[in-house]
Amino acid sequence: MRKLKETVIEKGLLGSALVTIAVTVGIILVLSIEAVRFFEEVSIVDFLTDTQWTPLYTEKHFGILPLLSGTLLTSFIAIIFAVPVGLSISIYISEYAPRSFRKTIKPALELLAAVPTVVYGFFALTVVTPFLQSFIPGLSGFNSLSAGLVMGIMIIPFISSLSEDALHAVPNSLREAAYGMGSTKLQNAFRVLVPAASSGIIVSIILAISRAIGETMIVAIAAGQQPRLTMDPTVPVETITAYIVQVSLGDVQHGSLEYRTIFAAGITLFIFTFLLNTISYRIRKKFREKYE
Amino acid sequence: MNNIRTNRLKDQAFKFWGIACTFLGLILLTIFIGSILIDGLQRIDWDFITSLPSRKAERAGIYTALMGSVWILVFTTIIALPLGIAAAIYLEEYAKESRLSSLLEINISNLAGVPSIIYGLLGLEVFVRIMEMGASVLAGSFTLALLILPIVIVATRESLKAVPKSIRDASFALGASKWQTVSQQLLPASFGGILTGVILALSRAVGETAPLIVIGALAYVPFAPESPMDEFSVLPIQIFNWISRPKHGFEVNAAAAIIVLLLITFILNGIAVYFRNRWQSKLK
Repeated sequence: MRKLKETVIEKGLLGSALVTIAVTVGIILVLSIEAVRFFEEVSIVDFLTDTQWTPLYTEKHFGILPLLSGTLLTSFIAIIFAVPVGLSISIYISEYAPRSFRKTIKPALELLAAVPTVVYGFFALTVVTPFLQSFIPGLSGFNSLSAGLVMGIMIIPFISSLSEDALHAVPNSLREAAYGMGSTKLQNAFRVLVPAASSGIIVSIILAISRAIGETMIVAIAAGQQPRLTMDPTVPVETITAYIVQVSLGDVQHGSLEYRTIFAAGITLFIFTFLLNTISYRIRKKFREKYE
Repeated sequence: MNNIRTNRLKDQAFKFWGIACTFLGLILLTIFIGSILIDGLQRIDWDFITSLPSRKAERAGIYTALMGSVWILVFTTIIALPLGIAAAIYLEEYAKESRLSSLLEINISNLAGVPSIIYGLLGLEVFVRIMEMGASVLAGSFTLALLILPIVIVATRESLKAVPKSIRDASFALGASKWQTVSQQLLPASFGGILTGVILALSRAVGETAPLIVIGALAYVPFAPESPMDEFSVLPIQIFNWISRPKHGFEVNAAAAIIVLLLITFILNGIAVYFRNRWQSKLK
């Protein structure tokens, strides 16, 4: 009797764990079924090469490039801003700051990641954009610069926290050896510790990129809703995520071609983040083996 | 000699740069919260919290959105909590090294990185359309529950890992079965850690906007939900709706609603940190 109960419980627990697999399968199925239906009507060559995205207009074009460029542009700005700042924070906290400071500042920084993104969007639109407009003439009210910078603030803790963990995990003998050779903390950090912790740092950057690409509300609020193929950070653009929100807010008939565009856009987004996540997982596995 | 001096100078310079970077984000956050308080605090009163939405900015309130958020939080917890904890117990205590367990492992790490809006697309097809829940509280809760599932699982596993092996050995030595050990020793011992993780996951869920927009949650709902099958709005969607309107009065409303949302988020985070500290000192 007792054995039976144990087996039933174990099966139940296994079932719960398998739900996570079902979620992944569900995501892939849902996205691909609707995307396949989409590609029955729109050629995949047009999707990948057309330079216009106008599914909601009378003259329809289904080129993903403008949405992709919007996504990559805002993410690029965020990363360019967040990587140097986040990395400097991690080096400072791990090598320079007193231990007690580390304990208080890490939760404080993580607060930055806890702020809901719709709130960051409001910040970008009402504070950062007007501020930037005061010295960048011709900056549009919606632009990728402001959205990207604010997204950068949001992802700083992802980079600083994970990189700091990686730096912290470097064995002390390496530090002692470097100091023994007469190096300063700065030389030690950049010539010994950062290379030694490089895999962990790279993982943190990849995860931050993945987060930036999938981020929705900041760009939907502050970057605009005009898909255009440009690298100009001062004009309105539209990201893949912002397009999905735009369509969801409107009154689009289920089963129509417009409805399917959000799944075609979604699967593009999913492929990008899936690749980035898989790469980071691989590196993390390798990195763990190195120190344990 | 000169070389050493420049190196020390650079070292000092980097120290100040590091301090500046560390406080940059926090200072920006402070500026932002300050500006929101200036904009929104004048608008917050009891009427703002208990009024229904309205076309007129001065009369609009957040009652339905706030209630929607509460409903969503409750049902998300009910769905995600048992599922997440059970999955974590399986992975941490039962699973043997096998291809299945490493697949589960990779999969959960991957799910944690899937953008929230993709969960919205999943919820739209599976819960709203196929299971015919419509854009209801229940569909929204299922969607968010799947979204926070990886966070709950990871947090529970970390807490179970922190329970010393001696407790397991002692329990087995007294003749307890595996499940008795888990339910009577490990779960109580890791309770504080699990609670921390769950509260952090909920603080994430309460701020989520995009997946709920995608499943069709409305910006304008005249009444607070009365059953899980009712339509709903949540606080972040109400804020988003007010932000996208041109009239200044709505911007003030958005700022006021943001104060309420941030308050909820920070309180949840505060509780989580409190439990974590208490639990960690208890473990030692």
